Amino acid sequence: MSPLWSFPGGIHPPMHKEESTRSPIVKLPLPERLILPLHQHIGAPSTPDVNLGDQVLKGQRIAHADGYVSVALHAPTSGTITDIGEYPIPHPSGLSDLCIILSPDGQEKWISRETKDDYLFMDASHLRNRVRDAGIVGLGGAGFPAFIKLNPGPRNVIETLIINGIECEPYISCDDMLMRERTANIVSGVKIIAHAVQARQSIIAIEDNKPEAYQAMLEATANEPDLSVVQCPTIYPQGSEKQLIYVVTGKEVPSDGLPLNVGVVVHNVGTAAAIYSAIAKAEPLISRIVTVTGDAIRKPQNLEVLIGTPIRSLLDFCDAQTQIDQLIMGGPMMGFTIHTPLASVLKTTNCILATTYNSLPEKNMEMPCIRCGACADACPIKLLPQQLYWYARAKDFEKIQDYNLFDCIECGCCAYVCPSNIPLVHYYRYAKTEIWSKEREQQKADIARQRHDFRAERLAKEKAEKAARHKRKRNELKEKSDPSKKETLIKNGAKSKKKAAILEAMERVQAKKEAHKTEPKNTVNLTEEQQRKIDQINKKRETRKNNED
Amino acid sequence: MLTPKHSSPYKYASNSVTSVMMWVVLALLPVIGVQTYIFGWGVVVNVLFTVAVALGVEGLMLAMRKRPIFPFLSDGSVVITAILLGLALPPLAPWWLMVVGISFAVIFAKHLYGGLGYNPFNPAMVAYAMLLVSFPLEMTMWFPPHELNNNPLNLIETITVIFTGQLPGQLSLDSLSMATPLDSLKTELGLDKSISQITTGNPLFGWFGGAGWEWVSFAALAGGCGLIYKKIISWHIPIAVIGSITLLSGVFYLIDAEQYASPLFHIFSGATLLGAFFIATDPVTASTTPVGRLIYGAGIGLLTYVIRTWGGYPDAIAFAVLLMNISAPTIDYYTRPRIFGYGDKK
Ligand code: SF4
Ligand code: SF4
Repeated sequence: MSPLWSFPGGIHPPMHKEESTRSPIVKLPLPERLILPLHQHIGAPSTPDVNLGDQVLKGQRIAHADGYVSVALHAPTSGTITDIGEYPIPHPSGLSDLCIILSPDGQEKWISRETKDDYLFMDASHLRNRVRDAGIVGLGGAGFPAFIKLNPGPRNVIETLIINGIECEPYISCDDMLMRERTANIVSGVKIIAHAVQARQSIIAIEDNKPEAYQAMLEATANEPDLSVVQCPTIYPQGSEKQLIYVVTGKEVPSDGLPLNVGVVVHNVGTAAAIYSAIAKAEPLISRIVTVTGDAIRKPQNLEVLIGTPIRSLLDFCDAQTQIDQLIMGGPMMGFTIHTPLASVLKTTNCILATTYNSLPEKNMEMPCIRCGACADACPIKLLPQQLYWYARAKDFEKIQDYNLFDCIECGCCAYVCPSNIPLVHYYRYAKTEIWSKEREQQKADIARQRHDFRAERLAKEKAEKAARHKRKRNELKEKSDPSKKETLIKNGAKSKKKAAILEAMERVQAKKEAHKTEPKNTVNLTEEQQRKIDQINKKRETRKNNED
Repeated sequence: MLTPKHSSPYKYASNSVTSVMMWVVLALLPVIGVQTYIFGWGVVVNVLFTVAVALGVEGLMLAMRKRPIFPFLSDGSVVITAILLGLALPPLAPWWLMVVGISFAVIFAKHLYGGLGYNPFNPAMVAYAMLLVSFPLEMTMWFPPHELNNNPLNLIETITVIFTGQLPGQLSLDSLSMATPLDSLKTELGLDKSISQITTGNPLFGWFGGAGWEWVSFAALAGGCGLIYKKIISWHIPIAVIGSITLLSGVFYLIDAEQYASPLFHIFSGATLLGAFFIATDPVTASTTPVGRLIYGAGIGLLTYVIRTWGGYPDAIAFAVLLMNISAPTIDYYTRPRIFGYGDKK
């Protein structure tokens, strides 16, 4: 294996992973109802295929992808569609969104499926379509439709497929448990992905705080020549795509580029397992592993949960205490607050973190920045967080982009180390939102101005056309009395370029003819006297002609 | 503007401005100890008195600016300012000199600029420079290290001198005082003496630096290394300061060892090491980028050497630091690190 690289910055927060890895993954019993948001991925929300009162089977598609960047949604169990409407969703904004509500009938009756073992001979585009139809998104967190990353395009050669088993966020352990318990599924999934993108080699990257998972993967891949497993020293945010690519390959993905640009594709271990189920067993993405942990949870563990299960059910199953000060979806570094436990588990939900202020205390008073530079030392992108903070506060949105605000991945390392307790990332989010809304306004203004300009232009054009029409009419009348058609045409104003060109050509011919006319054949060897006379005559003729006009 | 309660990250390292500043204070304790041992009780009286006055003035300013008093008073930054100024003043400086100095530092150099984090100049150095220019007599009244001092004052006598100006017995301040090594080197070089003539047999000069000052410098070195080890300060600035002084003095020393003091002398005399580890590294007023810090530190070293050798003051850390403070924002702007994902451009 090639040596590992290390990216700049990074931090070592306490991991708290032991709590939730003591017991095996448990299947959560069927909840009373499932809330299935139509928008669980990056891209356009899916469009419902079902109506109120429809009976659906487990695995049946209930909403289809809308556009290229979108995926389908499936019924996680059999039951009845009882509502399609606005329900609270887990989102930083705390807003509601369109959801399909499914009441399970307890039968767990599957739609008919055909299993496949010959997937390694399937055509890549066929694989992609199946992954797309199975509703699979990146299960690591962002929720980008997985099939898109199976399509490197004809011109890109994929040198390395990296399978992300890093899981660098504290508290989260779902990938760890998945690697320990469903190793074979992951390996098969990796092979499918490698086949689809035609990767030269595949590398599964695991942090060295997961020795059991590493051991399991190592054994499962012992007979796979193109598949290797590497152990990376634990450091946050190593699981971030561009950081991981650097660690494994030493290649820096350009700021405005994609991993493809350096010949790399990255998929999460969970996604690999889901792709295996979709292709080999024809099971769409209807469940996932979720870590339920935090000091407000008495039985922290990993659960296999149907998508759409209300968070309340998970909390109850894991014996959460009533006093929860922070309810977070995701980890403590990049997760977000859930405003109500009525919201449900999404395809991207890797962790429910319920804590009290004992373990995640509220921040102390925000002090002024003392420019200590600790944040810059911790930033994996090598930004200058203190300058970004300064310009965000000053609302200098130009300068802040000058300092590359939009390269910030919001990993939170800077805020983690800041001795002045400045919620730096919050300032960056604020600045980004402001800039985006400014841009939108600008766009709107541009469109409005364009519209105005169009209108003015159209009016002017109409006016001009009207005038031209009048003129033409007048000229047409005149034309009847005028024998020289050519002259009329010129006065009329050559309307199109073509006409102008024709006219020009005609004029040239005319000029030539006239030149011939004025240059009789017997004027080759003239004396000066003769020449002068001819010139005089010509002049006279010309003046006469001009007078005629 | 916005104090969010609920947005990531939710977890923070357990550090604070107070803990950072307290580490610095802790690292300064050996310096205070050694300097007191060598130059007498006046040092510790100076330090304690300036700290007390500083806390009072800081509290007053915070109250006037309607800032929360406790969190800002306990951040410890003013304590460091006071200790640094206390160490820089002559051991028997009259009390009013300290009051004027520290008040100026806190009120003008810190709070009028907006308080912690907003001051462009190191407050202790602003005050020191102001005092040096306004009260040159009092500010240069230094005393010999203890082994040369025939009339060491005890604690009570020291306090009496500082607060009443009354000296015990027949003593006068003039009879007690003696020039610092850097000072006398400068004066005597001005009289066309060579370095060996000046230093041989002169008890003011120790093995390689100023007598006594060597030990103070060692204490600063030890404290500073502790801070680097604890990652409270980065190594860049101190190394750059020491490096550039060594380089410059080395070059001139090689050219003419009788006219130019050795690198070791420059480093172990005066406030070089205290400045390199504790003054130049004041985060608020220094450069913050890695390359910027090297340039900033090298600039301080260069200016210090130039002013010491050809300028009008025997020691120059304060002026060098102030001059580089002005340049820090510009240095930062032009030394922005190459951002991840930008190849070789930017
Ligand atoms: S860590 Fe905090 S105090 Fe230090 S420079 Fe960054 S923002 Fe300022
Ligand atoms: S949140 Fe942004 S600025 Fe802060 S450390 Fe991460 S990438 Fe750097």
